[in-house]
Parts: sequence; C-alpha cells; structure tokens
Amino acid sequence: MEKLRYALFTGCTAKQSTPEQMISTMAVAEKLGIELIELTEASCCGASHLQDYDDFLSLVLNARNIAYAEKHGLTMVTICNTCQLNTAMTKHRLDENPKLKAKVNEKLAEVGLEYKGTSEITHFLYAIIDDIGLDKIKEMVVAPLSQFNIAPFYGCHNIRPSELQNKTHKTPESAYRPTSLDDLIIACGGQNVDYKEKSKCCGFHVELQAPHTAAVLTGNAIAGAMDENADWMVTPCPLCHLKLDTQTAHASEAIGREVELPVLHMQQMVGLALGCTPAELGLNHHLAKVDFV
Amino acid sequence: MSTEHKITTQKVNFKVFRFNADEDYLPYYENYDMEVTSEEVVLDILNRIKWDHDGSFSYRRSCRHGICGACAIKVNGRSTLACKESMNDMVALFGDELVIEPLSIKRAVKDMIIDKGDFWGKHEAVTPYLVADIDEEPEMENLVSPEDAEALDEADLCIQCGACHYACPVVEINEDFMGPAAFAAAYRFESDVRDNANSRLLDANAEKQGVWDCVKCFECAEVCPKEINPISKITKLHQMAFQKGIAEDNVAVRHAVGFKKSIEKRGHLDEGGLVLYSEGLATIKHIPVALKMLKKGKIAMPWNIPTSDNMDEIKKLVKSSSTAKF
Repeated sequence: MEKLRYALFTGCTAKQSTPEQMISTMAVAEKLGIELIELTEASCCGASHLQDYDDFLSLVLNARNIAYAEKHGLTMVTICNTCQLNTAMTKHRLDENPKLKAKVNEKLAEVGLEYKGTSEITHFLYAIIDDIGLDKIKEMVVAPLSQFNIAPFYGCHNIRPSELQNKTHKTPESAYRPTSLDDLIIACGGQNVDYKEKSKCCGFHVELQAPHTAAVLTGNAIAGAMDENADWMVTPCPLCHLKLDTQTAHASEAIGREVELPVLHMQQMVGLALGCTPAELGLNHHLAKVDFV
Repeated sequence: MSTEHKITTQKVNFKVFRFNADEDYLPYYENYDMEVTSEEVVLDILNRIKWDHDGSFSYRRSCRHGICGACAIKVNGRSTLACKESMNDMVALFGDELVIEPLSIKRAVKDMIIDKGDFWGKHEAVTPYLVADIDEEPEMENLVSPEDAEALDEADLCIQCGACHYACPVVEINEDFMGPAAFAAAYRFESDVRDNANSRLLDANAEKQGVWDCVKCFECAEVCPKEINPISKITKLHQMAFQKGIAEDNVAVRHAVGFKKSIEKRGHLDEGGLVLYSEGLATIKHIPVALKMLKKGKIAMPWNIPTSDNMDEIKKLVKSSSTAKF
C-alpha cells in the first residue's frame, strides 16, 4: 500500500495548552506509517468566535489555510473538532457559492494564493477509520486495552451539523448515535462505555462568558461516564479535553459532586494500544492523573 | 428504473413516558410491543396507543403535515415532530426499541403534553412582530425586494414547535437563557427592512442570558424540523451588533474580537493573551488552575508562543479583509 500522506492543520491548542496532543499525533502517525506534513503557515481557524465578529475575515483566513493544503495536493487533516468545523464549513460555503469564492479569492490573490476547492478536509479520527480501517488497527494492536472500560466523548464539532460533517468522511456518523469512537475503542481491544452524555456539549465555548453553564456541562459529562463505570474517557477534541481534564474542580463544585477521570486524546489511546510508551504520548502533561499505565 | 417502493413491517418495542401531574407522584414508562410498517410516522403510533390500548393517553396534534408544530416530542432523546419521522428512519437510527417522551420531562403535565409557558414567554420577550410606522391609508402595497427578503435567511419558516428550545443544553441549565427559537425569531424581525425596533438586538446581545451564552453545540441546527438552523441566526445577531456599532464592551464581545487581535499578531492564538484581553483583572480567578497547567507544561510563556510562517500574508489579509469594527 502506498504511504498515506496528509497536510496537518495542528490548530492552536496542540501548540500550547495540549502539547501532548501534538506529541501523540506524531507518535501515532509514525506507528501507522502515515506521513503528516505540517502546515506551518496556517493561522487560527477563528474557533467559531472570530466568526461572531467578522465572518468574511474568517472565511479569507480559513481559505488561506486550505489553499496551503491544496498546494501540497493533499487532504487536510485536523486534530481539533472546532478547527474541523470551521475549516469544513468554509470549504462548504465557498464550494457552494461561486460569488463568495470569487470574493475571497480576490483577497487571497493579494498574497499570491488561490482557494480552488481541491483538498478534502477530515478529522484525524476519520482519516484513521476511513483510510487505514478498523480491521488494520485491530491487526496492529500489540497492547490491547482489554482491562479498561473506556467512555468515548465525541465533541459537538465532529458530529453536528451532521449534514456537513458527513460530507467530510466516508464512514457515516449519526449525531444521535455516533459510533466511530466506540468502534475505535473496540478495535484497540477496550470495552466501550455507553452513556447519555457521550454526544453532548462540554461547555468549552462559554467558559469565560458563562462559567456556570460551562462547568455544569463538563461535570455532567464526567459524571455520566463515572456512573457507567468508566475507567477513563477518550476524546478526539483538544478543547473538550481541556474542559474534562483541567476544569474538574469547577465542574465538581457546579454539580455538587466530586468528578474526575483520566481523559485521553484519541491519539493517546491508539498509541497505547499500538505499543507507544507513556512518554511518547505525552501522558505526563495531564492534570487528571493518568495512573493506569 | 423501477420506482416501486417496498413497505416493510417489523416489531418495535415502545417505552412510553406516562405521567399525570394531577394524580401521579412520579412518572413511569409503559411498554407497548407493536407491529409497525416502515411508512408509519411516530404520530401514527401515538394514535394507535390511544385508540387501541389506552384512551387516556394524551398528546398534542393537529395538522399532521409538519406545519402546526403541535406534536413535537422526543424519540430516544431526540426532539422531533411526531408527524414527520417515519418508523423506517427511527428504527434505522435507534433500533427496534424506541423511547417516547415529552419535549421536557420536567415540564410534563400529562404524558406527552408539557407546560410550554417558558417557551412562549421567551418568544414574546423578543417582540416577535414588525415594529413599524404604518401608513394606514397606503396608495400601494408595501413591497420588499427579493434581495431584502433573502436577508431573513428562512428564519420566517419557524413553526414554534419548541424542538430546538428543549434540545438546547443552555436552556436546561440556565432558565433565563432565551433559547435558539426566541433568538431565531429576534433575528427574523431584526433582519426585516420594514422593522424599526431597536431594543431587540440590544436585549439579545446583553451579557447575561443573551446570545453570547450560546455554547455552539449545534443541537438546535440538528433537530430543527424546518431546517432553519437557529444557531446561524444567533451568529448573525452577534455580527449585527458589531455592524450596527452597538456591541457592548463585555467579556464575550472582547473574546470574539480578541481572536482577530491575536491572529493579526501571531497567526496562532495567544491563549493566555486572549483570556487577559477578554477578562481583564478578572483573569486572576484562573490563577490556581493556570499554575497547575504551568507545572504540566500546558502554558506557553510570552516569549515562546508559536507564530505562523508567512506572517506578512496574514497581516496583509487581516488589514484588507476586515469588515467589522469594535
């Protein structure tokens, strides 16, 4: 099989508050034989907040990021649900609206770039499932996670709006009964935990504006996983990870119950199953202690 | 090509929420095993339960054509119009065990019927009608151009069914939050060229309980049976506040603006700088968590915050493509 190559859009948190995400992405890519070409020119996606302020500017900046993936002739892989949403949304809007695309390209021409619409944009989770396949992952597992009950936490911006999201990957995903992360847990040899909050919001985006709402949502998510006897949680989104891993004190206070579980990035879970060491996966960067390895 | 459509039948177990606020201390779930056809909609099942099993079973229904909004309920936790979703689709999505519940369990009055008072109160609060000086003896019709009508972005298709309101996690936590339906209604009239009200946008953008409390989960967009995409209207209300120069100088507004400032400077987000710009002195409250994060290598120092390559391009584009001011 020809080596899989993608253009990697790291997003901002992988370079700052979740360094373990960057470390584990590269480690897992190497184990899987994937070549990731980092888009070092890329800017922030706007995180759905720049979009509240200046929609057109956010389109131009995201189109620029995609244009760099197009220059490489590669599919863009994201490792953050919110990067995925904003980048895929930009692509969808420009591909559907030639007038808007022309307007954006007029700006990009000022810096010698063009958005063509030739690169696909997919989250690393779906790149693994679509392009490598769960069967292949199963074959490659050397340290099955068979002793663990693992609670998947999907993160809103990978599963909603489902109409847009399902255009970005081949394996269909339901916004109400998502299965990708559950299937990946099983492929890694773990027991997937079913709980109501797995497809719910973590509250990240109102952390500053509405801290109580944000803390309750985080608390409910961890409590839901704990009530179904999860040993740990796993998420493909670094923003969800920040909430679930670093905000447990606020969350516990908000829901009146002590909640805390180790929370792994999707890449860290796969890495463990494929035989990476904790150091290779940056497990030392977590606040909620990862004490099972 | 054959266009023949095959109708199939299968057994489905329905777990139906039952509650009578006048008599019951707690709700309970009644089981009904039924043979259903793929063509039946959820409302057909509600009818069969009432007509064939228990005449006291209560629910709202009227048009059966997805336009009155009366029959909205939840199936396996998903808000939906009972008259819209077929058994075929529901079984494909959730399997052969379907849980039928009212839109809001805590607001249940009798079985599927809820007290929707909070929904209507919030709807009313956004002045959901045109505020305009009307010439009472007009010479001709009050015409709206197709371009101007497009600005409504189909927000006028809302049937007030409440599906999004009771799917919104913020409404669930913060009873004062207006909710996606009320904001979509606010946008519908704010975006109408004939409207002269100014208070709607100010209220919607107020720091507490306003549009800025939206968590951006897209639950409302996912459930809306009329595909209105309420969150897109919330985003537009945010943008309108800037366009009209009435955005309050509050933490949420600075948070949105802060992204541009950061991108202009580094391409990447300066996470710490963004929090400091958004919250000012109040940033102090984050110090305990920030120290723990620092210890774990999760906070970049001012001198090693990453910067994108080709910053000249980013600076140039931010300058030439900005359309909003604060």
